Parts: sequence; structure tokens; C-alpha cells
Amino acid sequence: MRRQVPLFIIICVGWVLLFSVFIPPMESWGEEASLFFDIIAVFAFFLGGGNLIRVHMMKVSRKSASWGYSVVTLVGFLMMLYVGLFKIGNPAGIGGSIDAKGSWFELMFTFVMSPLQSTMYSLLAFFVASASYRAFRAKNTEATILLLAAFVILLGRTPLGMVMTAWIPESFSIFQIPNMAIWIMNSPNLAGQRAIMIGIALGVISMSLRLLLGIERGYLGQEK
Amino acid sequence: MGFVVSAIVVGGGLLWIFIRSLRGKDVDRRIVFGFVGITVALAVLFQLKFGEVATPIVKTLFEKIETLPPGSKIVISYDFDPAMAPEVLPMANSFARHAFAKGHRVYFFSIWATGQSLLQVTLHDIIEKEFPDAVYGIDYVNMGYKAGNEGVLNVIITDIRKMYPGDVNGTSLDSIPMMKDVHSLKDMDLLLSIGGGKPGVKEWVLFAGDRGNIPTGGGAAAVSTPLLYPYYPKQLVGLLGGTKGAAEYESELIKRHPRFAKIKTPALDMMGPQTMAHVVIISFIIIGNVSYFRSRRKQANNG
Repeated sequence: MRRQVPLFIIICVGWVLLFSVFIPPMESWGEEASLFFDIIAVFAFFLGGGNLIRVHMMKVSRKSASWGYSVVTLVGFLMMLYVGLFKIGNPAGIGGSIDAKGSWFELMFTFVMSPLQSTMYSLLAFFVASASYRAFRAKNTEATILLLAAFVILLGRTPLGMVMTAWIPESFSIFQIPNMAIWIMNSPNLAGQRAIMIGIALGVISMSLRLLLGIERGYLGQEK
Repeated sequence: MGFVVSAIVVGGGLLWIFIRSLRGKDVDRRIVFGFVGITVALAVLFQLKFGEVATPIVKTLFEKIETLPPGSKIVISYDFDPAMAPEVLPMANSFARHAFAKGHRVYFFSIWATGQSLLQVTLHDIIEKEFPDAVYGIDYVNMGYKAGNEGVLNVIITDIRKMYPGDVNGTSLDSIPMMKDVHSLKDMDLLLSIGGGKPGVKEWVLFAGDRGNIPTGGGAAAVSTPLLYPYYPKQLVGLLGGTKGAAEYESELIKRHPRFAKIKTPALDMMGPQTMAHVVIISFIIIGNVSYFRSRRKQANNG
């Protein structure tokens, strides 16, 4: 029964969504199914939050490796939850928007979360530079082509590319680095991306058919 | 002056690394990290700036907003988090500036939880300061965040009120003047999504733009932009890719609307450090390859 009910729901909703696209009178059915999905999606936050607390509480109680970070995670999570739920410092009170100007939630988001996330992302630049020095080698023909394309794109994404090749006459403007970068993005990149997309779409169609026909049951977990 | 100092420091550093590599000595990764940090810091410190010219993919989107009749309905969706914000928030601000300058009505959405908070930056720093006459509910509305990813788009393409009974403050949509003639996304004239992850520009194209036959455009972080090229120009009016795309849009906005000549241009400002960082990465690739081929030749000669 634990497996049959979810299976039945998946098959029914799947067919409803499929028919709603091709049969106009059934469009509202698909809409209702999407609405249910959106409501269920909200519960994912409760599950996610609960799971985060459980995992990190276990780490702290067992004093696992780097358990100090778990304490930071829990304190940060609970603080954000508290100031967000009770709208602490919100000028419009409990009825106002969660991120109203001046609220503690807005301040913590702007001055703690934003700089931290931006810093983490910007660290990529350092690793890219290190990798470009150590790993990006023209070892064979394919790697050389990739290297040349990377060169053109890197230069084409900066004003330097234009400065370096501005002397090329208009009739040969395709050889100006920014135009070469555009060509790489619009032709070889486009062809590659489309091939990948078509491949993914075919995979999605076959997986969807397996779900609709009840053949694919991996998402239900292992049978006991 | 700043450029000369930066060129000397960066050039000298690269030369030192090059000589070290030629001698077969390893360059510690901490030196590489430190060098990148100094390069970017110099560009920021001396405020190195370069000119930008809008490429066709950016210009078509600019022209679309420029040529829409005043009062057109534009959706701007904030589908990103603080990690992407330095790259894509300037795009969102430029779109908002442009739309308000042309007298369009703007509907702000967010299908990322973090987008709603980042939207506050545009509301406070751009709209309230630069367009003090803009009236909430008449010129713009903040619909806020809804969970459900593309499921949200799947519903609002046919009925916005089913998903959004009210705006971000809980005000009923029926009491908001600019929502009176809006039933679904199909009533919009242009959809703009700014993001770089999922759901993002691609989902707006697939679940809203294509289904409702609504012109769609947007901006994405540089790392995600190549994945969106297959949709241009038929399904995407135009696309801003990374800091460069944002800088191109800013430069076009200043060129075409002189009232914005003195605004802050974060994307154009970031192009200096980005250019320097790219130069360093290119140099590292060259140095790395020269030392690789040299060591390979040495090995071959030795036997």
C-alpha cells in the first residue's frame, strides 16, 4: 500500500498534465495539478529545515569531525528563522513584508548572507587562475582547439579584445576578436548545446514514459 | 597613471613567474592566488575603466524595451541569489531604469526565495531614488516570491490570481489599479528573467514565453549564458551574458538616455578588474604551456 498509493498519484497526475497540454478543455485540470504541486513544494521547506537540524544536531552530539561548523550552521539557521518568523524589527510589524527596509531579516540578509555568498562565489576566480596555470595544456589536437577557443572567448569578453584587433579593416571584421568570440558562441557552441539538449529531451521523454506507465519505480525507494 | 602602475606590477609579476617556470621551478598555488588578488585589487584601487559597445544580442533586447509603447506591461523576475548578484543585479537595475524611463508598467516577480530580498535593492536604490514620482500599484507592483519553481509559471500563464491572491504585502490584486486588466502572463508585453540557475531564463522561455507567445528576454550569469544561446533569436528577444552583457546594456542606456549619464555603473566599473583577471589567466595559460613544452622537449632530448 505504501508503494501503490504514490504510484497511483504519479500516474494519474502525469497523464492529466500530459493531456492538459494537448486537449484545451483539460487545460484547467493541469493548472489544478500544478497548484497542488506548488502547495506541496512549500512543505519541502519544513522537511529541509527539519532535516538540517537533525543532521547537524547529530554531528554536535557525537562531536564528529568539524562539529564546530555545525554549531555555526544551527545558530545561523535558528537566528534567521526567529527574526523572519516573528518579523523582528520590522517597521510594519508582524503583518509587513518579511524583508521590509530596516527589519532584522533584511539587515542580516544584506550584511551577512549576501557578502558571504558573494565571497564564496568569487573564490572561483582564484581556482580558475590556478587551474589555468597547472592543468590547461595543449596536449593533443582536441585540447589545442579548446585552448584556442578559450583564448578567443576570454579576450572577446573584455574590451582588450577589441583594442587588440581594432586595426583589422571592416571587410575582415569577422577576424576581430569580439566577433570571433560571438561566432564561437553562435556556431560551434550552439551546435553542441543543441545536440546536448536534444539528447536530454529524448532521455526525459523515455523516463517520463516509464513513469507514466509505472515501469520506473526507483523514486519510491527500496522495497522491504 | 593607475593603468601604468598596474601594468608594471602585473607585467613584472608575470615575468617573474615566467622565468621561474622556464627554470623548471614550481610556482606555489598561494603565489598564483596572491597574484590574482593583487591584480584585481589594483584594478579596483585605480578604478580602471574601458569603453563598451553593445553587441547585437544585447542591442535587440534594448531596442525591444525602447520601442514598446509607453504603458506597456513588463515582467521583471528576480531569479537569483546573492552569489550571482554582483554579476546580474546590475542587469536587473538597468532593466528597471530603462522600463521606468520609457513609462512602462513593471511587474516584479521572484521564483527564487532569495530574489525577493534582492529586489529590495532595486526598489530602494533605483526606483525610490531615481523615480520618486513612480507610484506603487500604478507604475509598479511587487508580487513577491512563491515556492514551486516552474510549477508557478505553469499556473500564472493561465491565471495569476490562482497563485497570487495578493501582492508581497498581502494586498488583494483586485484592489491594485495596474492589475485590473491583467489576468495572466499572456496579458504582458515582455517577460524578463534575470538569473543563472534553475528555474531561470530557460524556464521562463519554456513555461511562459513559448506557451503564451510572449516576447521573452533576460540576463544570466556568464557561466550559464552558453546554455541559453540555442533560444536566441527565435525564443529569446535578447540576452545579457555576465558582467560584460550588463556593462554593454549600461553603456547603451547612458548613450541613448543622457539623463542616466551620472548614475552608478557597477557593471562598467567591474569590467576593469575582469579585464585584468582575464589577462592574467591568459598569461598563466601561455606560461603553463611554454614550460610544459619545454620540459617535454628536455625529457625527449634526455632520452
